[in-house]
Amino acid sequence: MEETMFIDPQRCIGCRACVAACRECATHKGYPMIFVDYIDRAETTATVPTVCMHCKEPTCALVCPADAIKVSDDGVVMSALKPRCLDCRNCVNACPFGVPKYNTEIHLQMKCDMCYDRSSEGLKPMCASVCPTGAISFGKYEQIVPLRRTKPVNVHVFGNQKVETKVYLMLPTDADEVKVDGCGVFEGMLTRAGSETAESWIDTQVEHSDKSNEF
Amino acid sequence: MSRVEHLEQIIEEYGPHLHDAPHGGWRADRVIDRVVPTHCPYCAVQCGMNLLVENDHVVGVEPRYDFPVNEGRLCPKGVTAYLQVHHPDRLLHPLIKRNGRFERASWDQALDLVVAKFKELQTKHGPDSIGVYSGSSLTTEKTYLMGKFARAGLGTRYVDYNGRLCMVSAAAGNNKAFGIDRAANPWSDIPLADVLLIAGSNCAETFPVLNKFLWQQRDNGGRWIIVDPRETATARQGDLHLQLKPGTDVALANGMLHVLIEDDLIDQAFIDSRTNDWDATRELAHRYSPDVASQICGVPAQKIVDAARLYGRARTALVMHARGIEHHTNGVNNVLSYINLVLATGKIGAPGRGYGTITGQGNGQGGREHGQKADQLPGQRSISNPEHRKHVCQVWDLPEAELPQAGVSVVEMFTKMREGEIRGLLSICNNVMVSLPDTNDVRRSLEGLDFYVCIDFFMSEGARYADVVLPGSAWSEDEGVTCNSEGRVVKINKANNPPGEARPDWWIVQEIARRMGRGKYFSFNSPLEIFNELRVASRGGNADYYGITWEKIEKNNGIFWPCPTEDHPGTPRLFEDRFYHPDGKAKFHAIEYNPPNEVPDEEFPLILTSGRVVYQYLSGNQTRRIGFLVEQCPEPYVEVHPETAARLKINDGERVRVVSRRGDGVFPVLVVRTIRPDTIFIPYHWGEQLAVNQLTNPALDPTSKIPEFKACAARIEKIHSRQLPILGRQRKGASASEVKRG
Repeated sequence: MEETMFIDPQRCIGCRACVAACRECATHKGYPMIFVDYIDRAETTATVPTVCMHCKEPTCALVCPADAIKVSDDGVVMSALKPRCLDCRNCVNACPFGVPKYNTEIHLQMKCDMCYDRSSEGLKPMCASVCPTGAISFGKYEQIVPLRRTKPVNVHVFGNQKVETKVYLMLPTDADEVKVDGCGVFEGMLTRAGSETAESWIDTQVEHSDKSNEF
Repeated sequence: MSRVEHLEQIIEEYGPHLHDAPHGGWRADRVIDRVVPTHCPYCAVQCGMNLLVENDHVVGVEPRYDFPVNEGRLCPKGVTAYLQVHHPDRLLHPLIKRNGRFERASWDQALDLVVAKFKELQTKHGPDSIGVYSGSSLTTEKTYLMGKFARAGLGTRYVDYNGRLCMVSAAAGNNKAFGIDRAANPWSDIPLADVLLIAGSNCAETFPVLNKFLWQQRDNGGRWIIVDPRETATARQGDLHLQLKPGTDVALANGMLHVLIEDDLIDQAFIDSRTNDWDATRELAHRYSPDVASQICGVPAQKIVDAARLYGRARTALVMHARGIEHHTNGVNNVLSYINLVLATGKIGAPGRGYGTITGQGNGQGGREHGQKADQLPGQRSISNPEHRKHVCQVWDLPEAELPQAGVSVVEMFTKMREGEIRGLLSICNNVMVSLPDTNDVRRSLEGLDFYVCIDFFMSEGARYADVVLPGSAWSEDEGVTCNSEGRVVKINKANNPPGEARPDWWIVQEIARRMGRGKYFSFNSPLEIFNELRVASRGGNADYYGITWEKIEKNNGIFWPCPTEDHPGTPRLFEDRFYHPDGKAKFHAIEYNPPNEVPDEEFPLILTSGRVVYQYLSGNQTRRIGFLVEQCPEPYVEVHPETAARLKINDGERVRVVSRRGDGVFPVLVVRTIRPDTIFIPYHWGEQLAVNQLTNPALDPTSKIPEFKACAARIEKIHSRQLPILGRQRKGASASEVKRG
């Protein structure tokens, strides 16, 4: 299996070495593309790092009107290509993990590309290299998972959207997927008479619009 | 007349200013000439790192995967360390203060002035009228040189180092119990331990990369017992968190010992064959039942029992501690009471079984080994031992009568300055206006001096008071060894030349000695020559470096002392066969609980404790200038429990006045459930009106002379500040009081 990232929030000590190190990658121009947040500092010192999860079907790339976000053969979702990026920020708004950021200084969307310039040469990404605790690790599934007492999960459910990712979250649970609850907002909304599933509803819309454009 | 008259001008010119990009900006088209393997300038993990050098400028950092301690890992300070090297605040030429303003001077002018003043003071008031205050972030070569410089160069007894504010209680405790001062086990033993008992160390923030070993231990199925008044990022993951009242460690440890004895979890064979003075300790522990201990330390009795059983039943276990138990008037006693647990269970001197202090500064261990401590000579020798004096005088070729006797600790030195006994001061590698307790008294000490010369590479808050500031070198501009917290001696390598007219520290110190007419003792041409004399001077001492060479260090990724001969492999694990007291046995100490020097009362009802954050290093002279780090933690704050906050009617982000018997300061409140309701916490890395040390208690441990940074009485006063509260994500950006220009 190819190398990927394993994120273990339990281990995160909130030091942001990953953020500092991310800036060091020559292609990042001093901008970090990883985020570390307190969950609720009033209650706990717990923190969590957010990197690009490198979705198998990346929403950011799907919504890009200019096809500026490419996926490498080994499944790494790249930053927007500078000549193509339209500054529309669709990807920024669409990513369920909130990862891509729009950089107003250089007019470009930027996101974690798993340090492609490093990982494609056999080096670990900067964040996974420096992380003191292993909250961010980079390696092969079969090398990392047996060493841990946490379970690797790479299926995330956001309301009705199910996202499978190249990056694994290491969780102290038996769950097979992470459910990010849509608070029931989406439940049932997309299932109604005439359009049984989201997909068929979209098909109907597309069909309809296609027809309306015909003379 | 060491005063600061034009603070605005000094800050305008010398910072701290924020700087956040490598030399020449962030660029992808660098041509790297050299990659220099070295170690981090900050804490005592001494992580390996590679510095990227372009055109004699350090322009970046690359993980050093092949160094076994950190295997590429770094904390945010380590990653950004190189940004200090070409920082615009660097001091580029000697400065002489005239009419309250620093003016550029030549090296000759500055050095001649220093020497003339020193000579004048010593002629008028005797050789001891000059004090030397050094530090442990220097290489071991420099720390050796500073001790020799004070004694053989200036002939003064008054020399001390900033480890006095750091881990000197651990040093004293280790010497009393084991007869040697060094962590007993290499960190490779940590993953082998079933249980870790970590007292007074938020190592997640203070030694981040040490957590690599902690989590390896966890992955192996190990458990953690964390003793800390705060639920820190370390304590959060503890299997047992003993959230004690600051300064009550003796009661807790004695309570645990009581349970170990009651449950017969002690190792009587070990006690009989390898230790002394058990009986008195056992009798004392008998009186500290979990209930008694619980009454004092505020940890539920059942948790004390659980912790003792977890530690006692474990086949392998390590006890580690840091500043949290050491910065107390009972610092040495706290250390000894935890050591009692180790000795009673015989869990020492074997793989996964042992004990160690987690040293603070990069060279905290090396800096307390080779004679810059008030009472010490190279090789952990004692300056009051005639045999030791003789040995060192022979190495130095110094008449024994000329070697001064023991001096006093730094806090006492500053008292002597106020009393007029010490009239001149040379300081290097410290920032007294941030790190010493009771800042207002420290200011009075400096202002009372006739002459103060400071060697530094940035204008620290303390250096602002100097009459002469001499520009020294940053860590990447010189070479030499340091000793990390496990006792591993590693090599710092040179990556670039000092900028402008800045010079290597050892050159500056030698030049002063030469101009004082003591040149014959200071003819070193390189750090290597100093190291080679240090090896001989330490030979036969406890900290024996004789068999260590720079080549050997590089080849083996570090050598653990003692290493008496060149073919000796070094000693990663101590006490496998014997302890270092003359009879080869370790000593128990029956320690009675004593409260901290100052306890809460009606006027000052809270316990104030101080500590660190991960983004700043010690007095912040280096880290408070680096944009990234300052952005993460721009200013100190006071952690208050929600119950206490509700009682005082204060809100998160609101600025309050925190008052102690010595001073007061205004800090924004961080309301958190992670601290005890009777305790408040302020990080200490800032100076002047942001210094928590305006409040802290300068009372000293009677043995180690460490000040009580970790417990004093304080109160919080509500003020009606016009400043808006700082909330949540808005806790960002530079602190206005610190940084005038961005």
